[in-house]
Amino acid sequence: MENQNLPKKRKRDRWAKRDTELTILTLPTVIWYICFCYFPMFGILMAFKNYKMIDGTKSFFYNLLKSEWTGFKNFEFLFTSGSGALVVKLTLLYNIVFIILGIVIPVALSLMMSQLYSKRFGKTCQTLMFLPYFMSWVVVTYFVFAFLSPDKGLINTILVNLGKDPVSWYQETKYWPAILIFLSQWKGMGYGMVVYLATITGIDNTLYEAAMIDGATKFQQATKITLPLMKSVIIMMFILAMGGLVRSDFGLFYQVTKGSDSLYTVTETIDVFIYKMIKTQPNPNMGSAAAFLQSVVGCGLILLSNWIVKKVDNESAII
Amino acid sequence: MADTLKKRKAQEEPEVESKINRVKPGTNILFSSIFAILALTCIIPAIFIVIISFSSMESINEIGYSFLPKSWSLDAYNYLWNNRIMIGRAFLVSIVVTVGGVLIGLFLTASMGYALSRSNYKLKGIYSIIVFIPMVFGGGLVSTYNVYTSVLGIKDTIWVLILPLVVSSFNVIICRTFFKTTIPQSILESAEIDGASQLRTYFTIVLPISKPLLATIGILLSFSLWNDWFQSLMYISDPKMYSLQAVLMNVEKNIEFLAQNADTMGASIAAYATSMPKEPMRMAMAVLIVGPIACVYPFFQQYFVSGLTIGSVKE
Repeated sequence: MENQNLPKKRKRDRWAKRDTELTILTLPTVIWYICFCYFPMFGILMAFKNYKMIDGTKSFFYNLLKSEWTGFKNFEFLFTSGSGALVVKLTLLYNIVFIILGIVIPVALSLMMSQLYSKRFGKTCQTLMFLPYFMSWVVVTYFVFAFLSPDKGLINTILVNLGKDPVSWYQETKYWPAILIFLSQWKGMGYGMVVYLATITGIDNTLYEAAMIDGATKFQQATKITLPLMKSVIIMMFILAMGGLVRSDFGLFYQVTKGSDSLYTVTETIDVFIYKMIKTQPNPNMGSAAAFLQSVVGCGLILLSNWIVKKVDNESAII
Repeated sequence: MADTLKKRKAQEEPEVESKINRVKPGTNILFSSIFAILALTCIIPAIFIVIISFSSMESINEIGYSFLPKSWSLDAYNYLWNNRIMIGRAFLVSIVVTVGGVLIGLFLTASMGYALSRSNYKLKGIYSIIVFIPMVFGGGLVSTYNVYTSVLGIKDTIWVLILPLVVSSFNVIICRTFFKTTIPQSILESAEIDGASQLRTYFTIVLPISKPLLATIGILLSFSLWNDWFQSLMYISDPKMYSLQAVLMNVEKNIEFLAQNADTMGASIAAYATSMPKEPMRMAMAVLIVGPIACVYPFFQQYFVSGLTIGSVKE
């Protein structure tokens, strides 16, 4: 091992013409990363400062550095005010449901799809089921509105024709958790299925033949062969999803509900909350504290779940 | 990737399927109907929107939104046509953002992916870290907002609609994996021995044989740029810079706005505003946005699928 490394090391010390050229090629991308990823990361210091526009002519960073440190004061309200607790509760509850369903449904669907007699029918369905993924939430908002509009929507028309009272959908909180969960799965199922289906098609067919000869039923084949072979992909998707545990889809919770204030108690998830902070307060230090917690906890969750997976099954870890 | 695509095609082709080892006919019918229902739930809302956009106002006032309107009309599209200056500008913004973003994004993403795929590049280690960290950690909305508005100064410019979206570490990694697995190192070495600069090798050898990759990334990017409304919501306050998505998002406000800008041909603005078929117009605008996607999507779906699958390949 060491002998092999030695000549390499000597080479590494010299900066070749090739390196200069590759650096020139990648310079724009590095600048992009600095501007659009690392500047905002530096700006996260805001969470620990009482940010004020000290000198309007100078940039954000100047004002940021000159602002006074406040320690963890910005974080206090998250734990003391009622809205903080609601935001945390809603974000976690929705995401736990989303993560579980976001794995169970696509895995189940792709297992079912791989069993269809007609592959062409399966392919057509898959293409159609992928369609919602390409619709923005703004467009989905109008899809939903066509059905739920209180005076003209299809569902209320049907309810009235059946002799029932119409529902003012955008005011009633009790229906929305179910609607939001349905929409998130509806939009994501096509996307989720792609990766799992690719894994299933990659499985060696002889395994199933051998199992069949041994008398295994189709169900046993699915649980004893297909699922175990999909394990590492499922775990990878799970780890990636864990990072999203403290994020919320702003489009889903704010656009689709048309920003309705009466639905506040079921839609006020973290990104909606931060957005409102930015739009309503001139110096949103608290919003930035929330954003800081969001980033740190999200990063921690990815690393933690990866670490746990590594302990349990080293093969499946991603980092 | 050309190879992987071919391989996948071969796999998907209905091989001589063993008729013995398959689910019972009853189960097949059950599964098929589940998928039929799911596929319908995905396509029906889109059809519904199209139908509403062609419904007449009288029908909507009488029976609400319906799959079978009492009468049809082209009014919504006529009114949109009267507003062709504003709608056209929004369309133009969307097109410029999408095309420009794809070109810039492809260049930035592919060149970083290429550098990371070169095992003898000295900065590879640092670059890997630069690309990896944003995948797990971000600055959050508040400081991003401040950086864009006061450090980079791109608020209310076309750049804020393009630049933040063009690079994603996920795409960079797809590129790296592709270059690593499909470009033979011997070609690069022989080009170097022949005295070609790295830039020349990259532009004249590497990129031309990577067309399937560029198509995949380009499609991923163009859909996300075309569909973006969040950047407009956060950073665009000038209605002249609205993309189609932003116009649709602000449509309640904009219906009034449209009335003021329309070619009213003598009629008063108030009368014009009340005569406008508001509901069908909203839906007609949604159709305008979805239309281009629905048209190109079936042709590009395979690139999407291959991109998503390559990205999930673990190294």
